[in-house]
Amino acid sequence: MAMRLSYGDRIFVGVNYTLLFLLGFVAFYPFWNAAVISFNSGSDTMLGGITFWPREFTLSNYEVVFKDKRLIDGFIISVLRTGAGTLLSIIATAIFAYGMTKREMMGRKFYMVMCIITMYFSGGLIPSYLLIRELGLMNSFWVMIIPGIISVWNMIIFRTFFKGIPAGLEESAAIDGASNWGIFFRIVLPLSGPVIATLSLFTAVYHWNDWFAPSIYISNVDLLPIQTKLQQILNSNIMLEQMQNLDSASQGRMGAMRAVTTKSLSMATMMVATVPILCVYPFVQKYFVKGVLIGSLKE
Amino acid sequence: MPQAKLVVERQTHRKKSPFIRFLKQWDIQLMALPALLFIFVFSYIPMYGVLMAFQDYSLFKGFLQSPWVGFKHFEMFFNAPEFWTVMRNTLVISMLKLCIGFPAPILLALMLNEIGRRFFKRLVQTISYLPHFLSWVIVSGFVTSILSTDNGSLNLLLQKLSLIDDPINFLSEPSYFWSILVATNVWKEIGFSSIVYLAAIAGINPHLYEAASIDGASRIRQIVSITIPSIMPVVIVFSILAIGNFLNAGFEDILLLAGNPVLRDVSDVLDTYVYRIGIQNSRFSYATAAGLFKALISVALLAGANYLARRSGNSLW
Repeated sequence: MAMRLSYGDRIFVGVNYTLLFLLGFVAFYPFWNAAVISFNSGSDTMLGGITFWPREFTLSNYEVVFKDKRLIDGFIISVLRTGAGTLLSIIATAIFAYGMTKREMMGRKFYMVMCIITMYFSGGLIPSYLLIRELGLMNSFWVMIIPGIISVWNMIIFRTFFKGIPAGLEESAAIDGASNWGIFFRIVLPLSGPVIATLSLFTAVYHWNDWFAPSIYISNVDLLPIQTKLQQILNSNIMLEQMQNLDSASQGRMGAMRAVTTKSLSMATMMVATVPILCVYPFVQKYFVKGVLIGSLKE
Repeated sequence: MPQAKLVVERQTHRKKSPFIRFLKQWDIQLMALPALLFIFVFSYIPMYGVLMAFQDYSLFKGFLQSPWVGFKHFEMFFNAPEFWTVMRNTLVISMLKLCIGFPAPILLALMLNEIGRRFFKRLVQTISYLPHFLSWVIVSGFVTSILSTDNGSLNLLLQKLSLIDDPINFLSEPSYFWSILVATNVWKEIGFSSIVYLAAIAGINPHLYEAASIDGASRIRQIVSITIPSIMPVVIVFSILAIGNFLNAGFEDILLLAGNPVLRDVSDVLDTYVYRIGIQNSRFSYATAAGLFKALISVALLAGANYLARRSGNSLW
């Protein structure tokens, strides 16, 4: 673009770059600052002024986190839940979606209406909660997986994608004697890489980040995922901080003696809970951009 | 072709009874029925369970045995001292989120589109997507840390700029809460929500810009006269969706950011109220009534939004 810019346009471009730079900074700073605090000695952080770079670098916060059996258990639960929840939900939803592409299926219209209604209406929190109780799913690992196993939204996206697969491929397989299930697993699924990647990412992020469902359905601490444990830790920290505000002088002196404080520790825990997502999302960016577009085009 | 095939299929099938036909296609029915069973159990049973809003539900008696009490819980809810506070908070927070949270990603997309350097653009985009993928627990942890009186970055900055003398305890001051909540939401979703608008902008014919710049239109003039009108249809569809979601003022964000009970007067919205009364205080029927009240208004809003959409030629259904 070798176009000469007018004076006004140059100001505009300059302002635009500046604003976007600031926005990028604001978007990233909270994360960066938390990471820095997690690598800084807790007692030093209490002296203040920690912004862009650790002053007293230490790994002791992470040491404490990785030695804390409850947090490690939480991490493992999160991994198991994300793995099992994503795998089961994607497979079950894809099978359902493939069935719904079959024109000859009896009741297909009715099934579809049944699905779409659930996108606009729901029983709400309390009836769902009582249902889970009645089903005996309270305090079970599966309460985090089973209720969300079929996602109507994902089904519709899958279905749209499956419809775009050339019918000739399926027909020729059918002539060769393949069953509907065989066609699905051997032809349709292998051709659906991009949509599977996108929906898996969204489903996995949901499972990894969900802290609320376990917080109401699971009271057994050993089964809580890391996000719920983190929430409880942060919550108790807020109360602690409020106590400190009442009596900041004496509490501050007490805290200054420790290398690891509640603040530095919770920052380290937050980093541990974030890193898996951070490792994945930049690399699947092109998939989720596409996924958002499929989703917003609807039907 | 496929239609002709379909007709043939229909004719051959007509002779058999529906039941036999159903059994004959057991393989594809088996793909749908288990999933529908899940949907029935986890979506439809709770919808039916909403009727407990008209009962005095007790855990021991169960849904079938609990006595029916008509609109008792609705009356109690409407007359509760916190009703108007909850309604005000729900409406104000929804309104703020709509008025600020909705245009923000459009503005970002317009600004990103003006960036010539691809690397810088990609970088800003990738960074701005990050918060969307973080859980509200993490985000609220960030916010609490940044706003903390104990050397939180914002207080440090304001003190350096000599705007304040003593650190402000932002998260226990009711007057700041709405701003913090809306800012956090915008921060979290602005990048991700801009994807759709960027895609819409990418579809605009580049010749329009060429012609405009030959005519001497400035960059801002091009945005106003070409970009914005071109993405208007997308903006309209999404604004209608946003109106349909109006009463979802937020739940996790409020629950986590308003940890301090001092904030309840400004933070309690319908969803958090239902949670607090229903799950924490176990007043199931009363909370369900409050939730149902919200659902009814939402449906009305959605129908209204769809009516608007029909008139603009973009029906949701």
